[in-house]
Amino acid sequence: MDLTFNERETAFRDEVRAWFEAHPAGASPVNDEDAQYAWRRDYQRLMADAGLAAVHWPPEYGGRGATLTESAIFFEELGRSGAPLPANVLGLLLAGPTIMTWGTEAQKERHLAPILTGEEIWCQGFSEPEAGSDLASLKTRAVRDGDDWVITGQKVWTSGAQYSKWCMLVARTDTEVPKHKGLTYFLMDMEQDGIDIVPLRQITGEPEFNELFIDGARVPDSNVLGGEGNGWKVALTTLMNERAGLAFFLQVRLRQLLDDLIGEAAGRGLLDDPVVADRLGELHLRAEVLRLTAYRGLTAIEKYGTPGPEGSLTKWMWSDANQLLTQFAADLLGPEALTAGTPWAYELLRARGNSLEGGTTEVLKNIVAERVLGLPKAR
Amino acid sequence: MHFDLSEDQKEIKGVARELLAARSPWPKVRAAAEGGAYDPALWAELVELGWPGIAVDETYGGQGLGTVELAVLLEELGFACAATPFLSTAAAAAAIQAAGTDAQRERWLPGLASGELTAGFGTRALAADAAGAAVLLLLDDDGNAELVASNDAQVEPLISIDGTRRFATVAGEGEPLAEGAAERLRIAVAAEVVGICQRALDMTIEFVKDRHQFGVPVGSFQAVAHRCAQMLLSTESARSATYFAAWAADADPARLPEAAAMAGAAAAEGGREVTASAIQAHGGVGFTWEADVHWLYKRAQLDAALLGGAGRHRAALARFAAERVRSPA
Repeated sequence: MDLTFNERETAFRDEVRAWFEAHPAGASPVNDEDAQYAWRRDYQRLMADAGLAAVHWPPEYGGRGATLTESAIFFEELGRSGAPLPANVLGLLLAGPTIMTWGTEAQKERHLAPILTGEEIWCQGFSEPEAGSDLASLKTRAVRDGDDWVITGQKVWTSGAQYSKWCMLVARTDTEVPKHKGLTYFLMDMEQDGIDIVPLRQITGEPEFNELFIDGARVPDSNVLGGEGNGWKVALTTLMNERAGLAFFLQVRLRQLLDDLIGEAAGRGLLDDPVVADRLGELHLRAEVLRLTAYRGLTAIEKYGTPGPEGSLTKWMWSDANQLLTQFAADLLGPEALTAGTPWAYELLRARGNSLEGGTTEVLKNIVAERVLGLPKAR
Repeated sequence: MHFDLSEDQKEIKGVARELLAARSPWPKVRAAAEGGAYDPALWAELVELGWPGIAVDETYGGQGLGTVELAVLLEELGFACAATPFLSTAAAAAAIQAAGTDAQRERWLPGLASGELTAGFGTRALAADAAGAAVLLLLDDDGNAELVASNDAQVEPLISIDGTRRFATVAGEGEPLAEGAAERLRIAVAAEVVGICQRALDMTIEFVKDRHQFGVPVGSFQAVAHRCAQMLLSTESARSATYFAAWAADADPARLPEAAAMAGAAAAEGGREVTASAIQAHGGVGFTWEADVHWLYKRAQLDAALLGGAGRHRAALARFAAERVRSPA
């Protein structure tokens, strides 16, 4: 057991930290989604030029072949610096690794470089109005027409669709087989007729996500990823990559939010209030335990190649803690945290999505119960 | 960064699990609890293996290993809910090793490491294994530790709800111990709690897979399955915090006070929650004397008290967090 960074990891951390210090991202543009997006894309280009956009990618594709621990360090430092997540976060974390795993040489050649630079942004077309937690029941159809597939259906929760050149799309190509078997994974060009992007206003009032109405969009057969009928397996690759490094970014953001709240409590002379101290102590514990448990998960993956029980728990821990924190902020700060347009009010509302996005807490509990604890399939 | 037990530590854990499964199965634990006495054969065997001195330097007859190895053993003794003075003796020895004066070490460590002597620890209002102990480590409300020789102590037995361990109240004064003693005692208790949680979880999983109602295993109901998932989350949280604290005790003393408070808070809260959940998930069966999960619940209650309660540690953690905001690393 060694909970310090080794020489190589320390050198990597120092290098990354120094780079972020030398390249301050500045403050996020407020109340202007397009400006915020442009800010994130510009910053990704800067990172890409420095070889830091995708440290976890292998060198032959422009990454640094970072270990899991180094990748975690990168995201901790990214979060620590106040820099934004790259505009193409879904491309870097999800589409890229999925294409590396399943793609043909031509597909890798075509797609990986523009993902890295942010030249081509990716979105994720998985969830549907009738297929959320039960993803495999999705209904969007893909029908062969010569060398093309014709796509018809509806997707939801598609963040960044309006900026995206490409979509990771899972659609049903065979209705005659059991639901998991009739799916195919497509790389769909978003710049075509037949795709209608409608902003989806969430409870914060902002449209962070979209609905996609797809009616006759065309995808050439050469843009099938991982073979016809293999979509479920390919989609799992994407889903398994979903939270790998991100957990550390989120943990750091949780820590920053908590530090801000502690500052607010100190400013109000409330640190010695036993109730306030009790809640802050609990939040500090949760933030630290989340980080420790995430590192235990990394060690397990590095050693055994597969995530241990810790890995399945960290996303759940994070969403619980973030919700607890933002709710306590409302207790501590009173009306200020409930005033529309304030950062704390935004965090309070946005946190409700934490236990829904990337797997609801209920689904995560099912996964833990069945795959970690070996309980019978839940009903 | 490598956050896992080493192969040697896993070996120790495996040996302890196997040995205790054979020597301290539930009928033995129950007999000790109902008879009001520890099993001398079990204690003799642990002494024979040199476990009481695991974190004591070889100079004093110990094994010269660290707090992580001690924690690993304690986790397994907790898992077995073994009725022995091991926790008190081994934890006190580790604390004296780390925070005692040379004179205190020479006076007490050889006897504790060899198992000739036993120790008690806790507070004056609640001390584990104080009766018959040669030396007592007592904590005050502020976490200051004091070493009291048995000659200077008046010990009155206290029959707690946890029949698997002997408790007492203590009067008497002793010598102060340096910083780091209280933290090591708390890490030791937290490690035991991690094992208790793991046992409660394992027993519950086995039970809910086997127990059928409405024609299906009750573990297939989400209400039950999600409770089990929460038990795992609490167990792993306590484990993360406790391993970190045990590691810090040996490798990063600057972070030890905060790490020990994390372990204390996570274990005090988690132990009670997980063992209470175990009783609930066992249904009516869990409320019976024969089901044995109550021993874990009772141990967790008393361990939480030995830890000083989660609230005290959360208050300390708030101070550490505020300090970090004031002067970031």
